[in-house]
Amino acid sequence: MSTTEEDVVAEVKTDAVREAIAKTFAEELGDDFVDQHIVPGSDLTIRIASSAWVQAATFARDKLGMTWLDFISAIDWMPSPFGREMDAEQDWAATGRDADDTEMTTGVAGGDTRFQMFMRVYSIDEHIGVTIKADVETEAPSIDTLIPVYPGASWHEREVWEMFGINIAGHPDLRVLYLPTGFEGNPLRKDYPLVARRVKPWPGIVDVEAMPGEDEDAEGEEGAAQ
Amino acid sequence: MTGTHEAGVVSPSEHTPLVSGANGDIAADLDITNEQQLRYIAGQAADARVNIELETEGMTLNIGPQHPATHGTLRIVARLDGEQVISAEPIMGYMHRGYEKLTEVRTYPQVTTLINRIDWVGSFANEVPFILAAEDLMDVEAPPRAQYIRTALFEMGRIANIMLFLGDMPVQLGGVTAIFYAFRDREFVLNQIESATGGRFHPNFNRIGGVKDDLPAGWIKETKTAMQKVRDFCDEIEDLVMGNEIFQSRCRGVGIIPPDVGKAYGLSGANLRASGVDWDLRRDADSPLAWKDLDWKVWTHPDGDSFSRFWVRLQETRESSYMVEQLLDGLPSGPIMAKVPRIIKVPAGESYVQTENPLGAMGYYVISKGELTPFRVKIRTASFSNMSISPWLLEGVYVPDIATILASLYFILGDIDR
Repeated sequence: MSTTEEDVVAEVKTDAVREAIAKTFAEELGDDFVDQHIVPGSDLTIRIASSAWVQAATFARDKLGMTWLDFISAIDWMPSPFGREMDAEQDWAATGRDADDTEMTTGVAGGDTRFQMFMRVYSIDEHIGVTIKADVETEAPSIDTLIPVYPGASWHEREVWEMFGINIAGHPDLRVLYLPTGFEGNPLRKDYPLVARRVKPWPGIVDVEAMPGEDEDAEGEEGAAQ
Repeated sequence: MTGTHEAGVVSPSEHTPLVSGANGDIAADLDITNEQQLRYIAGQAADARVNIELETEGMTLNIGPQHPATHGTLRIVARLDGEQVISAEPIMGYMHRGYEKLTEVRTYPQVTTLINRIDWVGSFANEVPFILAAEDLMDVEAPPRAQYIRTALFEMGRIANIMLFLGDMPVQLGGVTAIFYAFRDREFVLNQIESATGGRFHPNFNRIGGVKDDLPAGWIKETKTAMQKVRDFCDEIEDLVMGNEIFQSRCRGVGIIPPDVGKAYGLSGANLRASGVDWDLRRDADSPLAWKDLDWKVWTHPDGDSFSRFWVRLQETRESSYMVEQLLDGLPSGPIMAKVPRIIKVPAGESYVQTENPLGAMGYYVISKGELTPFRVKIRTASFSNMSISPWLLEGVYVPDIATILASLYFILGDIDR
């Protein structure tokens, strides 16, 4: 093979295809395009204003050939006040996190609000997908429905609605999908406690027990293979 | 007698008064005929009235939650007009176990135990995309031998899963024989999975950085025998089921999914390939697993009906058995685990890994904040999207076709409800 190692490194570090896709989104959406994040050779995430949610999906479908709907979901970026429930203090001690620490850190392509919608669409012809994120406001979270663009969005949006309490404006059939009728609360919100962990001790809280003769806090680098 | 007159085959002798009786003349015969015609018309009108009444009232048919066609507990409420479905609405949630919430309180190694239970007949394949996503974030890559073992067990999980489908769909159409062949021959594959991993259904064999153990002695030879049995089973099903006239007439042209509609609903796997879409993540996505080293073919079918979905799955099972043999022949030597710390903390970041699972495309969007547990895991399952097309697909079909269509879409409830 004539390619040297430097060529390979240079090739991996840029991703012309995904950069071009991000650029077309930026041109189409203008000020509504907020941020982008590219993992070369693997993934593309863009963040847009929630008002451009439907516009971005329509553009991806019609102009970029991303006709395959992968999923629609949401993220609650608030740090969980409960941790792993029982023994959470130990976890926080181990990871250096303070239980009172409520500062939000968002993931790739950033975020300003507690709730973020994200969806993924994919082009079956080009074998390339894009994750589209959009911030929604915290007090009365709401976003437009994608059913006119992708009919399969219906169930995904019903799940988002019941699990995160994000209103889907224009959804014709906003009923609970999984939860019993009349269920109160939005289970995937971080401030919704996992009650099962409170009523019964869970043996799995201690995941890795110290090996015989090993110091309790040793974080061995010797590999997990026995 | 009158009937003969009506039919117009009148022999001259029948016109004599002796034979025709009191109303024997031709004019009277004609009156009777007219009267019968009127009765016939009145009868038709009465039928029409009844039909209209049925249409206005309608009927609601509840299928499930406990019905063999539902692979778990799915309830389908179908509104009928006579034999035709006006609308059908699947109601799920009977098996919702909240895995996305539970992953947030479990460490990464513990999550694999949980997600094993998503698609419970092809469990090994559930673990792989999650482990790959975690490895991607940790920048760890499993050694080649581990990747080959993973791929082989992945394909064996697929075989075990789809063999069940190949026996199960005929049962739902009324032919019970095939399921016994399926259960009998699937056991050979499950035995091999068990002897390598220790679990028939829930292997929990993947580790971040590799697999738990190496293969036991003699396993490769036994597995090859099992793969031969799988192919024999495929031949048998091809004869017994696919060549069957009743099976064909129940499946052909039933539940046709056009490729555009399938894509918009997010269908994947054999359901989409049976609509002529040539897309398989094993070939079309970059994956550290060993599919790229193999010589194999993606099967598609242009029809998009229930029969083609069965056909594609049968071909895939056979193809997978060849893939397993190739993997075992090319099994590299070396370690089965990469160097990973004993207490696994995944660096902050986001990763989405999707693989071609037995039921279709399955992906995990893992968001880590550098703690012991994932911050959020979005589980994208194949059956959820595959089933979301069912209200569209069931509209206007006849009642017996509901079973055909649901069987051919092939879903596992755990894979819908998570």
